Amino acid sequence: MIDISLSHYLTLGVIIFTIGVIGIFLNRKNIIVILMSIELILLSVNINLVAFSIFLNDISGQIFTLFILTVAAAEAAIGLAIIVVYYRNSSTIRVEEINKLKG
Amino acid sequence: MNNLNFILPEIFISLTIMFLLVLGVFKKKSSSLVHYLSMGFLLITGILILNNPLDLNTTLFNGSYIIDNLSSFMKILTILAGSIVLSISRKYLKLYKIFLIEYPILILCSILGMMVMISSNDLMVFYIGLELQSLALYVLASFNREELKSSESGVKYFVLSALSSGLLLYGCSLIYGFSGSTNFNIISDSINPDNYTLTFGIVFILVGLAFKISAVPFHMWAPDVYEGSPTSVTLFFSIVPKVAALTVFIRFLYVPFINLIDQWQTIIIFISIASMIFGAVAAIGQKNLKRLVAYSSISHIGYTLAGLAVGNNEGIQSSIVYISIYIVMNLGLFTCLLMMKRNDQYFETINDLSGISKNHPILSISLLFILFSLAGIPPLAGFFAKFYVFKSVIEESMYFLAIVGLLSTVIASFYYLRIIKVMYFDQEKEKYDTDHSISLKLSLTFSTLLILLYFIFPSKLVEIVSRINII
Repeated sequence: MIDISLSHYLTLGVIIFTIGVIGIFLNRKNIIVILMSIELILLSVNINLVAFSIFLNDISGQIFTLFILTVAAAEAAIGLAIIVVYYRNSSTIRVEEINKLKG
Repeated sequence: MNNLNFILPEIFISLTIMFLLVLGVFKKKSSSLVHYLSMGFLLITGILILNNPLDLNTTLFNGSYIIDNLSSFMKILTILAGSIVLSISRKYLKLYKIFLIEYPILILCSILGMMVMISSNDLMVFYIGLELQSLALYVLASFNREELKSSESGVKYFVLSALSSGLLLYGCSLIYGFSGSTNFNIISDSINPDNYTLTFGIVFILVGLAFKISAVPFHMWAPDVYEGSPTSVTLFFSIVPKVAALTVFIRFLYVPFINLIDQWQTIIIFISIASMIFGAVAAIGQKNLKRLVAYSSISHIGYTLAGLAVGNNEGIQSSIVYISIYIVMNLGLFTCLLMMKRNDQYFETINDLSGISKNHPILSISLLFILFSLAGIPPLAGFFAKFYVFKSVIEESMYFLAIVGLLSTVIASFYYLRIIKVMYFDQEKEKYDTDHSISLKLSLTFSTLLILLYFIFPSKLVEIVSRINII
């Protein structure tokens, strides 16, 4: 059995975080994918915080995680609402077609 | 119980929000009433903040919330700017049929978030305040639901702002992990300058904050969002969130990370120089006034950050003076924009200003003063703002920053002067409506007078700001 240390958790966090950031920038198809990527970023932060909280023996990291979960839910709700409004006006949510504002 | 006395303004404003929501739901056609009430309640909140004793410096709730001169000053600035924005946007909202109860309530929500941000002394409190502010601002950006531009700006703002919050949170988690606490004071005590992981955390947090104040290289959302959102919301965006984000910038840099000044000073200097130059150069080709304001606000944020890069109290104070004067100038500029209305339509390109001096001499002379002041021409207020910043920068012998700042002022004055040329020497066009509301007239008069007459009492503002000592 290998011991799972703090650095393993942090590496997992970094990997998920990177996938999230890359997902935002490489994705040319759909805004929903961007929403999912944002969620991934927030979850990687949660992994970080919980791991730190366990290894530091300090509860405040877990409380922080609960706050982040709540805010992430609110953010997803508002994001979806904005996307619905946008879809009604433009009848598309393809990322490459969001280009009316330029200059 | 004593703690609750000090956060009375925050409690009052959150109760107000709930009350107004209920009122708006149960009373038919109450948007005008809710609008007036929210303005009144905002002013009462301002009075409640003033009610706290002067030179108070206290932390509440186990040190997670701080009330000091910086927080009181910035809160009052936020609230004043917010209530002026509410009062001058009535006509615009009515014309575009977005005069709804949600508008003032969302503005109150974001102001509550900013107040929490301004007073935060803990990563958690700071994050909650930031998100409360951002969530309200996402909705405000896409407030004109029927229009494609507005909803597109909402989408862009949402995606980029959520990304920046994610980066900021990642930084927060690193800092929590490597210092062992979320409290700013404890972080400050446990910082070891040789620990490079903390520098990572600082970089992430600075990136997130730079997003919020739209400093280069994280400015890309600003021009699109400013152009797409309704003008009254653009006005709100361009002044009020910057005050809160600047305060957080000051607190982050000077409370937890003051011992790491060597690490962050170069970053701030780079951001400041890049913002000053980019804001000045990119604004030259713009035709839309709102877009131009976005670039000009980027370059003004550059000057504000130059004051922060100095690393002493004088520098911080000069940035605070800068942002206060910038708020007045931007209020005046947007009041002029909100006055350009003809046949139930608002105009927002530079060409629409052509020859306006013949038909509207008072409007154009006020706009002339505001633009001169934005360009930093003495003896107007904008000159003094820049003067204080450069003075504190030069006193610390950071000559490169000062020289770049002065050069970009010269570049920036080109586009301000071009607007003035269009106003005074180009072909005149049709007259605009002159039946402005009293609040628009008052706001234009006051901002112009403040800009014009600032040089008579320059010490008043400086005296108030000099009470703010962070280090």
